[in-house]
Amino acid sequence: MSTTPTTPQHPETGTARVKRGMAEQLKGGVIMDVVTPEEAKIAEDAGAVAVMALERVPADIRKDGGVARMSDPDMIDGIINAVSIPVMAKSRIGHFVEAQVLQSLGVDYIDESEVLTPADEVNHADKWAFTTPFVCGATNLGEALRRIAEGAAMIRSKGEAGTGNVVEAVRHLRQIKGEIARLRGYDNNELFAAAKELRAPYELVKEVAELGKLPVVLFSAGGVATPADAALMRQLGAEGVFVGSGIFKSGDPAKRAAAIVKATTFYDDPAVIADVSRNLGEAMVGINCDTLPESERYANRGW
Amino acid sequence: MTTPTIGVLALQGDVREHLTALGTADALARPVRRPQELAGLDGLVIPGGESTTMSKLAVTFGMLEPLRAFVRSGKPVYGTCAGMIMVADKLLDGREDQETLGGIDMIVRRNAFGRQNESFEAAVEIAGIPGGPVEGVFIRAPWVESVGAAVEVLATYDGHTVAVRQGNVLATSFHPELTGDHRVHAYFVDLVRRARR
Repeated sequence: MSTTPTTPQHPETGTARVKRGMAEQLKGGVIMDVVTPEEAKIAEDAGAVAVMALERVPADIRKDGGVARMSDPDMIDGIINAVSIPVMAKSRIGHFVEAQVLQSLGVDYIDESEVLTPADEVNHADKWAFTTPFVCGATNLGEALRRIAEGAAMIRSKGEAGTGNVVEAVRHLRQIKGEIARLRGYDNNELFAAAKELRAPYELVKEVAELGKLPVVLFSAGGVATPADAALMRQLGAEGVFVGSGIFKSGDPAKRAAAIVKATTFYDDPAVIADVSRNLGEAMVGINCDTLPESERYANRGW
Repeated sequence: MTTPTIGVLALQGDVREHLTALGTADALARPVRRPQELAGLDGLVIPGGESTTMSKLAVTFGMLEPLRAFVRSGKPVYGTCAGMIMVADKLLDGREDQETLGGIDMIVRRNAFGRQNESFEAAVEIAGIPGGPVEGVFIRAPWVESVGAAVEVLATYDGHTVAVRQGNVLATSFHPELTGDHRVHAYFVDLVRRARR
């Protein structure tokens, strides 16, 4: 990999390799949105590889409206103390002070997230300035590469959070994978124009063309509500999944969470997916994305 | 002599990096998720990942006992980070219900080096691996608290044991698979070749 750093002689924290490497350890796993320490325990018991702390799950943000912000530090401390798996937490786009606070609380990953209300409509945070790694959402390859250029160490396709509808997650992941596949077919002369079209740094575009994948781990998010949804995203090429409202807005969160974990590991085995999908109780109700007004589409936030 | 076949436990974690590293070290590598897929393997790698998730999935999908039997059979096994936890006979700071396979008479402390903000890179000298120190990538890494008499300590960092071997079972706190330097994997493949003789 062209960006692989050389090992320093003295121990060094916050390097690109330990940031990106952390995400590599989460592959094949499920990261679950949690609001309280109690929910975090349920997620850990179900086999989550990490939990994501936020103030309200996206379905409630949609329902209640208002400004959605970083979680209360007391709640984040509570979640960190409740579980032994990695704890991630969301900051608003461009709100680098929320991110500084999350770093000082000792979270393992920061999600600069479109699900919260953006704090800056022009700039995302400079993520290189932090020791804590960042994950960011993207709807297409150019957006993913701009986030990586800003220092993101992990990407998730955005989907449409809080809808329980997987259609946008599929759209965004197919978009990113499709654009990567097209780059693979380009010769060196074409990569300069491709970089211009993608509005992304040439070096990153070239790296993606050579690797045939992003230089960081790619998960899927935004709309996964069932084990089959999770397996679908894996079969489409996601290296793992984030599940938000889909778990704690369902009838039996503990059972559904465990089922989604199993389906994510055996994503290509329909018999396992069938087995874990039995008698899960009510799934979250869900929203048809084509009836969502543009102003309520979180995926449009970030640029 | 034919190329050895080495499985990588693929319940969760950085499986692809191990497959690549083993391939570079002249082994045939394939992912393993089901008990029957252990058949025909000459060795097994347990990757980095979240050890609590890996343990839970191994129990749920009936892999725990077949994996223990594989370790007991004397075939070589190598665990990195979460994999080191899996081959420990005893675990500290794990979950109460967390199962390990065992294989090395040691006590491992999970996340001993701290959370992600304390994750680090440093050069590590490993006994038996020539050519200078390897690039040690430590991510929420465990360390070895103590070892039994039959365990060989291969590397320490900052006073803590970070690489060990007992017979054909090898474990490192760090992730050689995340670097381009595959000497530790070559060392393991060599162990597998010798065990087949």
